[in-house]
Amino acid sequence: MERNPMGRQLAIMRQSLFDQGYLDEQFIQLEELQDDANPNFVEEVVTLYYRDSARLILNIEQALERKPFDFNKLDDYMHQFKGSSSSIGAKKVKAESTLFREYCKSGNGEGCTRTFQQLKKEYATLRKKLEAYFQMARQAGPMETACRPK
Amino acid sequence: MTVERVISETKDQFPIGMRVLAVDDDPTCLLLLDTLLRRCQYNVTTTSQAITALKLLRGNKNKFDLVISDVHMPDMDGFKLLELVGLEMDLPVIMLSANGDTKLVMKGITHGACDYLLKPVRIEELQNIWQHVVRRKKFDQNDWYNSGSQDKPHMGSGEAAGIGKVDQNGKLNKKRKDQNEDEDEECDENGHDNEDPSTQKKPRVVWSVELHRKFVAAVNQLGIDKAVPKKILELMNVEKLTRENVASHLQKFRLYLKRISYVANQQAHMVAALGSADSTYLRMGSLNGLGDFHRLAGSDQLPNAGFRSFPPSGVLGRLNTPAGLGIHGLPSPGMIQLSHVQNSGNAGNDQSKLQSFVIPGNHNANILLGMPMSLELDQLQNNKGVRHIGELPTADNTTVFPVSGSLIDARVAGCSNNPLLGVTSNSLMLEGSSHQAILHATNLRDSVSTMVFQNGNTLSDFNCIAPASNQLRDSKSNLQGQASLISCNAGPIIRSDPQEWNAPRKDAPYQSNIMCCSINSSIPVNGAMVQLGQCLDQNNPVFHRNMDLDSIGPPNFVDPLSIKHNKGESSAMEPLVIDKEGYLIVQQRPQGSYIPDNIGPLGDLASAIMKQDQDKGKPADGDFGCNAYSLRNCI
Repeated sequence: MERNPMGRQLAIMRQSLFDQGYLDEQFIQLEELQDDANPNFVEEVVTLYYRDSARLILNIEQALERKPFDFNKLDDYMHQFKGSSSSIGAKKVKAESTLFREYCKSGNGEGCTRTFQQLKKEYATLRKKLEAYFQMARQAGPMETACRPK
Repeated sequence: MTVERVISETKDQFPIGMRVLAVDDDPTCLLLLDTLLRRCQYNVTTTSQAITALKLLRGNKNKFDLVISDVHMPDMDGFKLLELVGLEMDLPVIMLSANGDTKLVMKGITHGACDYLLKPVRIEELQNIWQHVVRRKKFDQNDWYNSGSQDKPHMGSGEAAGIGKVDQNGKLNKKRKDQNEDEDEECDENGHDNEDPSTQKKPRVVWSVELHRKFVAAVNQLGIDKAVPKKILELMNVEKLTRENVASHLQKFRLYLKRISYVANQQAHMVAALGSADSTYLRMGSLNGLGDFHRLAGSDQLPNAGFRSFPPSGVLGRLNTPAGLGIHGLPSPGMIQLSHVQNSGNAGNDQSKLQSFVIPGNHNANILLGMPMSLELDQLQNNKGVRHIGELPTADNTTVFPVSGSLIDARVAGCSNNPLLGVTSNSLMLEGSSHQAILHATNLRDSVSTMVFQNGNTLSDFNCIAPASNQLRDSKSNLQGQASLISCNAGPIIRSDPQEWNAPRKDAPYQSNIMCCSINSSIPVNGAMVQLGQCLDQNNPVFHRNMDLDSIGPPNFVDPLSIKHNKGESSAMEPLVIDKEGYLIVQQRPQGSYIPDNIGPLGDLASAIMKQDQDKGKPADGDFGCNAYSLRNCI
């Protein structure tokens, strides 16, 4: 499938994202939706995700600054965030979101804060990795991104 | 892509080209959904706002085959949208959510969703959604067939049972039935309307207040158990009305009743929520004796924050975010003071009363579609009270509650008027003056206690369910819960034209959902109506059915139908207070029979009912919908 070293490198990079748990099956769904009519679909969705979720992250951050915590609201925001994250297949981010929600439900403020920090880290890490991935994909050529080991 | 081409393709190559409307506030999810649906070769329209979606749907009823909507949306609760769509357009709606909680899924089903998908959604799941469109069409066809031949009153047009009989559809129906409703035959899906774009294209029947009143009267006359479309049709004696129309309407009505009874049971926290409702509530307080109510209104504690957030946005002021689309009846004591309405002679007051209670928070038009709770207001004072109710919005017409079902139906029928969901004044009850007659006529029985207040444009749905029974129960005899009148209808609040409501009311905070005051005269009001309360949870609109109606024997639940004119039973009208969210706050607390006292206006009603009932010595069986039966039904 890889037609050139770059393609192979891309595939390796891609695979590692899965192996390391950054992405899950849903990402593959996105890739499957990418085709000639929609050649940059995955990147578009991811970009949209980061743009839109930034707002949610900000909301949560602000909510965490207000004491006492409004757990309902926090849970609400996180619910939305989780929905988005799961749509792009952001596995680790999603896991942190779930954890955060659990802390919200049990009213554990400290747990929430802690988890949120972790979530932001994962969120940023994933972003960097995906950006690198897309960049490489562009370099490798459109054909490469479409090829993926099944 | 051209619409025309798509449409023709749709017909030829279904499911290819099936027209789907996707609604999700999350852009990432919406984009994904859009792409997935296109990949399935459907014709997709997307919007991130529920309100826009409604506009699109209302703009052209035959424009879409299916709607997919997220549950959690900022401008309107997905469940509310679901209800409205079901009522007005009768399209299959699929819910989408990242949250797969059983309760939520159940809620979706209760509100009529034909499916509930979890995010992230996979293409495989979307590839089969066309089945819902087909099923509905078949339902329609079979429904009519079955209901006609089988004459099953309960099976909403025989959907559940009738259809089951049909072989090929049997499975579909059964499945549908199972999905929807287990205990009751009432099918949540009112479906079977003839509006199915893919099949028959019958002209939509608009269930005007008048029509609905006749309908309810007919149902009452026959008895809710024996009300079959054919006989109802005969009794109604309306030209150009087909049995199918009636069957469909009946189905919705039953659904509505169920919801109401469910809501009626909700707790006071709904009531509290009421309190927080906008000033409208306060207004309600003004209702006589609506003290409690007043309180409710005042107290801003709507249990569900959701209530508060009832944005004045037109249409559906979200009744309560918690999907409580329909039933928000808060159990506020005596909220539903329908009773106050009954304060005889309050004519003048009544209106105010009515109004007051209706307006739950938000200025959204909160019309209570109180479905047909045709509680027999009569009892109370009956006419007076009733009238008021109707009059709520406007001095005279209170389009209020189209007696049972009609509300809902009316809405569905196409509230043409208002953009508001739910009941546009035209359709249901809310009609102003003209309807008044309906209301007080004789007994509110017909009138649906739901008062639909619509505020301006927003229609807040609120479901008021007047669960009366708790209090009733206590009273000796049977009153139990019979009173469940208040029917708050769930969901869409009918927004009657502002004018209709009452000029003063117009701006009144109708917004919140209207409270349906359903007065069930027939309900042996033991304890005054049932409390509506249902707490709508903000996040999860959970209807609590506080109603202890269990004690109530007969399913009389506030079935408006059951309102018997002659009964004389007091129909506890509980002014349902609709809180901002549109919850109908039934003041009555389900506990104990405080009804007479607490309820304030409702209390009066309750007392009246009780008295009457006591005479009777026994709860009107079968008269009131609100009984446990109804409550149970209401989810």
